[in-house]
Amino acid sequence: MKKFMYVNRHAPHGTIYPLEGLEVVLIGAAFDQDVSMAFIGDGVFQLNKGQDTGALGMKNSAPTYGALGDYEVTKLYVEQESLDERGLELNDLMNLTWEDEEADWVEKPSIRVVSRAQLSDLLEQQDVILNF
Amino acid sequence: MLHTVNKSPFDSHSLQTCLGLAKAGSDILLIEDAVYAVMSGTAVTSMVESAMSSSTIYALEPDLRARGIGFEKMISGINLVGYDGFVELAVTNDKVQSWL
Repeated sequence: MKKFMYVNRHAPHGTIYPLEGLEVVLIGAAFDQDVSMAFIGDGVFQLNKGQDTGALGMKNSAPTYGALGDYEVTKLYVEQESLDERGLELNDLMNLTWEDEEADWVEKPSIRVVSRAQLSDLLEQQDVILNF
Repeated sequence: MLHTVNKSPFDSHSLQTCLGLAKAGSDILLIEDAVYAVMSGTAVTSMVESAMSSSTIYALEPDLRARGIGFEKMISGINLVGYDGFVELAVTNDKVQSWL
């Protein structure tokens, strides 16, 4: 099994990167690898609560992040420094969870806020890194 | 003159360049990813606040809603407009400069 990390650095809705990345993650989840996602820079905005694209006449990609847990994508690393620069904290992000099969299906949080230094270590540990 | 900016201020210098070159009395309209500039408590908040003393800053409300930026998270004094307000600003100003 290889370690795959999908690195997300773009804000949602303004460009196609976040949506394309999300689709690749969901497709990749079918291959039974060790998958994680990292949210750096404007990528943290992808997880912002309360996104409503109705007035733009665009499909809202935000609810799809709620399905990641069902695809066994349960490690969403969010960089603390990126949150700080943008005036955000964990409470401002969507409440994303996964059910742990090995712990009687207990719901656990998927979002893990990590420091830049921790994220640097995580990047180093990967076999494959894909950027969106 | 109306200035429009569509890039995130955290990812591009478009807004900074615009604010540096806009004359006093300009209208500055933030659209698409540039609407993140209206949030309070960020690394660019003070830059936007100081621009508000000489220019009028607008933000496109549909773009704010799409990104989950609630009114409670915004710098006070930002003017919200819809697509109709965007058109109004474009026709009432003699020129439009788009900082793409």
